[in-house]
Amino acid sequence: MTTLQLLLDELGYDEKTVGTALNQEFVRARDRAETRLREGDAVEIVTPRQGG
Amino acid sequence: MNDPVRLYDGTLSSRLLLGTARYPSPAILAEAIRASGCEIVTVSLRREAGGARAGEAFWSLIRDVGARVLPNTAGCRTAKEAIATAQMAREVFATDWIKLEVIGEEDTLQPDVFGLVEAARALADDGFKVFPYTTDDLVVAEKLLDAGCRVLMPWAAPIGSGRGVNDAFALRALRAHFPDTPLIVDAGLGAPSHAALVMEMGYDAVLLNTAVSRAGDPVLMARAFALAIEAGRAGFRAQPMTPRDMAEPSTPIIGRPFDRLA
Repeated sequence: MTTLQLLLDELGYDEKTVGTALNQEFVRARDRAETRLREGDAVEIVTPRQGG
Repeated sequence: MNDPVRLYDGTLSSRLLLGTARYPSPAILAEAIRASGCEIVTVSLRREAGGARAGEAFWSLIRDVGARVLPNTAGCRTAKEAIATAQMAREVFATDWIKLEVIGEEDTLQPDVFGLVEAARALADDGFKVFPYTTDDLVVAEKLLDAGCRVLMPWAAPIGSGRGVNDAFALRALRAHFPDTPLIVDAGLGAPSHAALVMEMGYDAVLLNTAVSRAGDPVLMARAFALAIEAGRAGFRAQPMTPRDMAEPSTPIIGRPFDRLA
């Protein structure tokens, strides 16, 4: 079993300012450790960027 | 000249909101923000590989500049995407302000106004202060206000086109119809004169990006727009004369030399 927080750690996002969503639903930072990932889930991990 | 504009809980002395995308370099972006005197800059959220640091570097630069951020939902095509993006932005940027974009058509980047109203209502109910990027349609504007928006951001022309005001009548009608709602022209302006024009119409502020970032000298253009916006605003407040069809001499007629005395 893995969680969104474990995925972030594994991918190297541990020290970064990121926003997360699972299957197009926002996941708060404090809920990541309890958010389990399943086969076929769509995870979004975003960081600040230039915008108009 | 003390003439602040109030946008939700923010009171601003500059009526220019500046986008942060497509500048030649981060240093030029920072210099353009300073040269413009703007107090609000727009930002976005994008995917980035875990090891990369572009997002962190950008966020650090914006914090150093000291401007308030207005995150956008650029590129979202459904209300659902826009709502999730806004929620992520609120957490990442620590602000409840959101520039709401729901794009309906690729060639013109025209807003999907149905998705826009739906997302605006959901976000306003959730405590967001929504700045909706919309068209110049009066009925859509009414529905956005009904959904809880207290600021409207109609386009002048398609995003990034630099065309200036496509439909002056529609923008004037919108201004006349909503005299008490802060109205910001967002998108499509290309030259400082375009910004002066909409400010003379009575618009409260202007949001720009490409017109500055893609200019030959973005820093100088940022300053030029700031001056044009200030001039246009002063011109609006000063109440321009009514145009006439025929000439009217400005110098007094009485006492003109060589006049024959009848």
